Amino acid sequence: MIREITLGQYYPVDSVLHRLDPRTKLFGTMVFIVSLFLADGLAAYGVATLFLVLVIRLSRVPFSFMVRGLKAILFLLLISVSFNLFLTPGTEIFRLGFLKLTWEGLRLAGFMALRLIYLVIGSSVMTLTTTPNELTDGLEKSMGFMNRVGVPVHEISMMMSIALRFIPILVEETDKIMKAQMARGADFESGNLIQKAKSMVPLLVPLFISAFRRATDLAMAMEARCYHGGAGRTKMKPLRYARRDYIGYLVYLVYLAAVIVI
Amino acid sequence: MSIRAEHINYLYGEGTAFEQYALKDVSFEIGDGQFVGLIGHTGSGKSTLIQHLNGLLRASSGKIYYNGEDIYQDGYDMKGLRSRVGLVFQYPEHQLFEVDVFSDVCFGPGNQGLCREEIEERAREALCLVGLEERFWTQSPFELSGGQKRRVAIAGVLAMRPEVLILDEPTAGLDPRGRDEILDEISALHKEKQMTIVLVSHSMEDIARYADRILVMSHGEKLFDAPPKEVFRHYRELERIGLAAPQITYVVQKLREEGIPLQEDITTVEEAKAAILKLLGKAGSEA
Repeated sequence: MIREITLGQYYPVDSVLHRLDPRTKLFGTMVFIVSLFLADGLAAYGVATLFLVLVIRLSRVPFSFMVRGLKAILFLLLISVSFNLFLTPGTEIFRLGFLKLTWEGLRLAGFMALRLIYLVIGSSVMTLTTTPNELTDGLEKSMGFMNRVGVPVHEISMMMSIALRFIPILVEETDKIMKAQMARGADFESGNLIQKAKSMVPLLVPLFISAFRRATDLAMAMEARCYHGGAGRTKMKPLRYARRDYIGYLVYLVYLAAVIVI
Repeated sequence: MSIRAEHINYLYGEGTAFEQYALKDVSFEIGDGQFVGLIGHTGSGKSTLIQHLNGLLRASSGKIYYNGEDIYQDGYDMKGLRSRVGLVFQYPEHQLFEVDVFSDVCFGPGNQGLCREEIEERAREALCLVGLEERFWTQSPFELSGGQKRRVAIAGVLAMRPEVLILDEPTAGLDPRGRDEILDEISALHKEKQMTIVLVSHSMEDIARYADRILVMSHGEKLFDAPPKEVFRHYRELERIGLAAPQITYVVQKLREEGIPLQEDITTVEEAKAAILKLLGKAGSEA
């Protein structure tokens, strides 16, 4: 029941995009996001659409998985679209009380919606083709320069990967405890808000206890293997750019230039 | 009080790339007062199967009848079913949450909508059944030892007075003494209260000693369904799916190979002892 939550939603197939260095993909996502804000006019959005379609095809991830992320922003999308539609000054199409629909509003709302949707799909492509661990690896490597100004990059990325690593475990644990309490007659669905909040106690207390237990166990296990932070630590699989990554960067540059010029 | 499962199929992640059969066409009937052992390698579908029996998981296809009633029919009282078919999960102590032992055991009967006296009466009874001394009842469940915690958790299910008790590896992680105590209490529930028991275990010795029937699961399918002696006769097949027969069965097998005329179907140490003494006695009287 609760297993359906997707976070760190890696989709395991073998594609060019999956094999790309995580830094390349991170940079690519950034370029794509920037391009969405630079894009102005139908032609530029056309280029962006083309690029997105190409990338989705390359990733070999079913399109339905990309769209899943949109559910989360549906509400936000509706609000921003309706605000833009009715509250933009300009040539009037028709009027409904104090609300008036304008050509400018229509245009703005359309692009706004496109921008938000592309933003979500674009970043979904990255999370669907990159495992959470690769992602933090990539972040750690590309943020390495921050070390010099005293930001503990390694520690932060270690925390991130541990947190990501624990999400499925805790989801599973929640599922297990929920079932165990349901076997004892607990009811998590019916009742008003206060009753519902109360019914969470038998779930949350064991969940917290188990999270703490797992955390201390993990800390112990890490220490037993002489973990002492980032200093002097080498990687088993260091990130190295391959030829496809350079091609990737080239594609980004061409794409970005195209969006700006058009 | 019978449970009847008919052609149960269960699919994991239906409609995604990860779709996989967890149960494949499983059928059986568990009669009133039986003690059923459920064995299978890790990932064979044991835990998935038992969660179907009290309606926590819904089969992708197939039917389950409890006392002849289809539990998937509209308006079936699932909550009632869950209190009649008690399910003790693996490491049940992880579900404890109350401030003291007694209140935690009260949680189950409390959800049954009983009056205060009845709830407390049932909790007391359950705690006595699992043999937890009264001085622990007011303590926090988190201060108890592993074995005691597990008893509290089992009492939490027993307090609902189920007709069928299903236990998923109730002895995992306990020391030999804790293990024997828990198993003896389960056996007592079966003998004295005529409770129907389904015991999931990896210990062939325990299963051979207590169960009067064994279900063997392998890769989501039912492989055997027979009395222990019958099942353990197939120990080579059991080995092939990552299981085994009780140690003593192997000892008897070796003795037989050496030409000692013991019966083939010995599965417990007591039986072996009796059989060997009988042989020795016979030999002694002849000499």
